[in-house]
Amino acid sequence: MLIRTGTDIRSSEVTDRSLWLDRRRFLALGAAGALALSGVPAHAASLSTVRGKFAADEPLTPMKDVTTYTNFYELGTDKSDPAQLAPSYFTKVKPWSVAVEGECAKPATLGYEDLIKPHQLEERIYRMRCVEAWSMVIPWVGVPLGDILRRFEPSSKAKYVVFTTLQDPERLPGQRRAILDWPYVEALRMDEAMHPLTLLAVGLYGEELLPQNGAPIRLVVPWKYGFKGIKSIVGIRFTETPPRTAWMKAAAREYGFYANVNPAVDHPRWSQASERRIGEFLKRKTLPFNGYAEQVASLYSGMDLAVNY
Amino acid sequence: MDRFLRQAWIKPAVFVLCLGPLAWLAWRGLSGGLGANPIEAVIRYLGDWALRFILIALAVTPFRKITGWNALARWRRMLGLFAFAYVVLHFMSYVGLDQFFDWGAIGREIVKRRYITLGMVAVVLLVPLALTSTNAMMKRLGGKRWQALHRLVYVIAPLGVAHHWMMVKKDITEPMIHAAILALLLGWRVAALVRHNGGDSTVRASSCAAPCSSPPSS
Repeated sequence: MLIRTGTDIRSSEVTDRSLWLDRRRFLALGAAGALALSGVPAHAASLSTVRGKFAADEPLTPMKDVTTYTNFYELGTDKSDPAQLAPSYFTKVKPWSVAVEGECAKPATLGYEDLIKPHQLEERIYRMRCVEAWSMVIPWVGVPLGDILRRFEPSSKAKYVVFTTLQDPERLPGQRRAILDWPYVEALRMDEAMHPLTLLAVGLYGEELLPQNGAPIRLVVPWKYGFKGIKSIVGIRFTETPPRTAWMKAAAREYGFYANVNPAVDHPRWSQASERRIGEFLKRKTLPFNGYAEQVASLYSGMDLAVNY
Repeated sequence: MDRFLRQAWIKPAVFVLCLGPLAWLAWRGLSGGLGANPIEAVIRYLGDWALRFILIALAVTPFRKITGWNALARWRRMLGLFAFAYVVLHFMSYVGLDQFFDWGAIGREIVKRRYITLGMVAVVLLVPLALTSTNAMMKRLGGKRWQALHRLVYVIAPLGVAHHWMMVKKDITEPMIHAAILALLLGWRVAALVRHNGGDSTVRASSCAAPCSSPPSS
């Protein structure tokens, strides 16, 4: 029975179905709800933004999928867990502060407002490619990371930027089990961090980030696998040497420091040559650097990307 | 209890119960309840139930021996065939939904990805068991040979558990639970075998499921 369904479905029919579902949502939630779900930014936007550069010209992944299908092990290892657990655990996000330390002239611990307010929020529509071979197109809201980092005047010794997630098993109950070496740590090379594509996101679909998407501040690096996009950041540290990130500690053979999207380098356990765009039936080919090669490939010239995966 | 379980309507009721997971999946599919990645959800769900039914089928004999509810033996073949059915659906959803009949890619995956290799071996090994599940085939093979063949399940079940374990990204809680249950079920059989060899007659050769013939030369 299932197989027959498989052969019969064409991508056009899938689209029809999603439209039909949208119509159902429209009926169920009323016009306002449907507008929010279909991503029209005008009304419910709690964040004031300008349309930024680099907008991917592709259909957006519905907000419902972006907010209910997430990897955030601090709120459970199933991709539906974070959206389900967040309302009972990660209820109070703010006040929030971020400690910026290390090789810089002006280290400081800033509250959320002090960190973000001086900047104009931009909307950036990016492809997001998960290391698990699925992808989305997400309208993020945020600030170019480089603009924020420069305020702290990193020194010449600052070769890497290391990010740390909130450590709080009360609000992040996934941390009660030693699945990863908590807190989650991620890092970028300085030139990656300063690249204009790299975003410190505070929202999506014109609204503030929900806990399951990494409220209130998270990293978005569109040419890298999603796990580089560390969520709920409380620490930023400039360092001279690269750290061991959470996933490198967990499985260095499977998750490297760079984690650039690369169809030519497979994950040891599955192919990275193609991906399933959420909402589509057939897989599509994965693009080098997730389609951002033109902007970022030069950062890695001369490097063997099969070794530096 | 054993008498209750022997009533004519019980076995059809168990049959319907075994279809439950499939019905639930169909309902979720039709009501849009499979989430953002329905294909992945279908494959994982069917795989979970395939594994559960293998463990359920393997639990019949220990459970029957411990409780003395011999009526359970009547369900064993049916439960084994349900395990096979869920395995086939799991496999076909991988072939048809995930890979969309891209046989080249499927072949490469089977060779290259160890967890898929193990899963594939388990599927192949299950086929002769399903084919020889009829009374006629049982007669044709003869009890001893049939029994020897069906001991393949002691290979298949660990393959299934390993297949799941190796594909999980990090949180191995579920595969560990499956492995623990499997270890218990196989351990019970080893214990039964040891007891049997020790002269205790609680496990009779006619009980089929416990490995009785050709005992190891310990």
